[in-house]
Amino acid sequence: MDLYRAHVLVCGGTGCTSSGSTQLIERFEQQLQEKGLDHEVKVVRTGCFGLCEAGPVVIVYPEGTFYSRVNVEDVDEIVSEHLLKGRKVQHLVYVDHATHESSMEKSLDEVGFYKQQQRVALRNCGVIDPENIDEYIAFDGYQALAKALTEMTPEQVIQEVIDSGLRGRGGGGFPTGRKWLFGYNSKADQKYIACNADEGDPGAFMDRSLLEGDPHAIIEAMAIGGYAIGASEGYIYVRAEYPIAVRRLQVAIDQAHEYGLLGKNIFGTDFNFELHIRLGAGAFVCGEETALMNSIEGMRGEPRPRPPFPAVKGLFGKPTVLNNVETYANIPQIILKGAKWYASMGTERSKGTKVFALGGKINNTGLVEIPMGTPLRTIIYDIGGGIPNGKKFKAVQTGGPSGGCIPAEHLDVPIEYDTLIEIGSMMGSGGMIVMDEDNCMVDIARFFLDFTVDESCGKCTPCRIGTRRMLEILERIVDGKGEEGDIEKLETLANNIKSTALCGLGQTAPNPVLSTLKYFRHEYEAHIKEKRCPAHHCQSLLSYVIDADKCKGCTACARVCPGSAISGAVKTAHTIDTSKCLKCGACIEKCRFGAISKK
Amino acid sequence: MKSLAELQAIRAKTLENIAMRKEGNDGARIVVGMATCGIAAGARPVMLAFMEEVAKRKLDHVTVAQTGCAGMCRYEPMVDVILPGQEKVTYVNLKPEMVGRIVAEHIVNGRVVEEYTIGAAQK
Repeated sequence: MDLYRAHVLVCGGTGCTSSGSTQLIERFEQQLQEKGLDHEVKVVRTGCFGLCEAGPVVIVYPEGTFYSRVNVEDVDEIVSEHLLKGRKVQHLVYVDHATHESSMEKSLDEVGFYKQQQRVALRNCGVIDPENIDEYIAFDGYQALAKALTEMTPEQVIQEVIDSGLRGRGGGGFPTGRKWLFGYNSKADQKYIACNADEGDPGAFMDRSLLEGDPHAIIEAMAIGGYAIGASEGYIYVRAEYPIAVRRLQVAIDQAHEYGLLGKNIFGTDFNFELHIRLGAGAFVCGEETALMNSIEGMRGEPRPRPPFPAVKGLFGKPTVLNNVETYANIPQIILKGAKWYASMGTERSKGTKVFALGGKINNTGLVEIPMGTPLRTIIYDIGGGIPNGKKFKAVQTGGPSGGCIPAEHLDVPIEYDTLIEIGSMMGSGGMIVMDEDNCMVDIARFFLDFTVDESCGKCTPCRIGTRRMLEILERIVDGKGEEGDIEKLETLANNIKSTALCGLGQTAPNPVLSTLKYFRHEYEAHIKEKRCPAHHCQSLLSYVIDADKCKGCTACARVCPGSAISGAVKTAHTIDTSKCLKCGACIEKCRFGAISKK
Repeated sequence: MKSLAELQAIRAKTLENIAMRKEGNDGARIVVGMATCGIAAGARPVMLAFMEEVAKRKLDHVTVAQTGCAGMCRYEPMVDVILPGQEKVTYVNLKPEMVGRIVAEHIVNGRVVEEYTIGAAQK
């Protein structure tokens, strides 16, 4: 085996791949060969580093230099300067948004984005080559499975998971150990363990990144779970829209088979375990457990009433335990380091860490993992680097279409399952969409409802028809045609849907409306009563006006207006004819005196 | 995979190669000056000799790294050897055939090869 003196880690997550990291790898390999360095420097394609904002990301070890937004042309410079001569390429080194500190002076762990994070589930993402089982093993991979199989009884494994306090990371937050115990207690000739990788929330991508960056951890955890509940077969249900994740998962399963870590008599015990991948066709409702199981069986992805719960009667009518990807990612660590270690992180009722996908109006878009109980403020300002362009923070949307908006007044609330529900949102799978003063909250509610209306499977009436009616009202409001009583109608519909829909999708669909109504009722009222959008976002409620005092009469706006809506003599104040105005905003961009504004 | 021992063997073998990516890697560091002056004076063969020697002896916590010009170009090829918890030792005017002794005596056994150091050269 050759000794490599340097490793070049190139992010191969979906974010960086779409910004060209594959070409970077090719260029690195070609350049290294040209310079005769290919036996000294190793190029590794890893999973997501989390800082997608700065992608494509390249890290060079042993220095641990973090290069961001690397172009193909930059590769030659990194090779000839850094790898050949040992000089870091200053202008490509990552600079922290919030502190303007270059990661050059400090180690990467000290940079604001990573400093407050605690990476448990994500520990291998961006560090190992996900398509190389040896690297996973080198970072303690499959040790937990060996420990569980050779030193622990299934009861002990379950007890360890119960003691760790781990709760389902898919959103519901049900204690994982108790779920396993239900599965263990169900008697049947065949049981199944399943993994929910049907990540459908807009803006959420932690499961994808885990599968792309550390697929073996999920396989190991499912084998441990299978051993604990007595299942010899497992299914991973992953959306077909995640091609990289699917491919790496398949590669990992094949490698595990080759090493005998899947198959018969694992570690010389009489435990046998097989894993299958099933692809979802991209229906949001298939993330609901009963619909997911229907889909695996080849039927329509529609939920069915519970009970019976899947732990009693699930896949193919057999007892089935279904957990989310991130839940599984924590399991090997819990078995290896012990429940006590895991329970020492987080808060009283929410243990451990949680991965969040940060998106929207925030500087550091990306993936972060923090201990439970961290205040939102820390995530948004310290890790996320704050709001771009000096805008004001307005709210953060958590929990996707099932969650709600959290306004600025609750920024210091510690993030846990229960506190988030108390303030009208929920943990959900961990998507976090940050909104600033330019976002209209009514329109946000409309956006999420539009999503759930699209994704409703149509099986039950409250969800199929109820959410549609709500959407119609919201569309009316943002269109400037809202009527008195609309808010009350929305509330009645929302509460009825919540209490009568068949599955989680329908029951939580009104949440975005209810939470925005709770915190931003005045915005709804402004739309309806004053026909005004306080955020100046809703096109129908906007009008463009020229401030006569500031206007110099230069005619620049009139010349650029496509609708000939602006008139006025040279050197006198112009006016906009609102009946002709197309609200395109071209005049605002053209005006050098800041005389035109939206009202 | 039939035993934990097999797993441990793979772990140990791979770790040698990727230890540099682990957190808290506090092993010895060999830093070779690879600026233009260093390269011109023959730093590359010296660095390759270090890598070969480290690989041969399976010293998995030793890092071979590069650095720029230290300003004393007349002493190139220069190499710093930094053992954990100790002052760095600078070797100068190195040739590939001198590398074996540095690794054997200094890095493995902790005895500085005085005659190759900058102190000896400046006398």
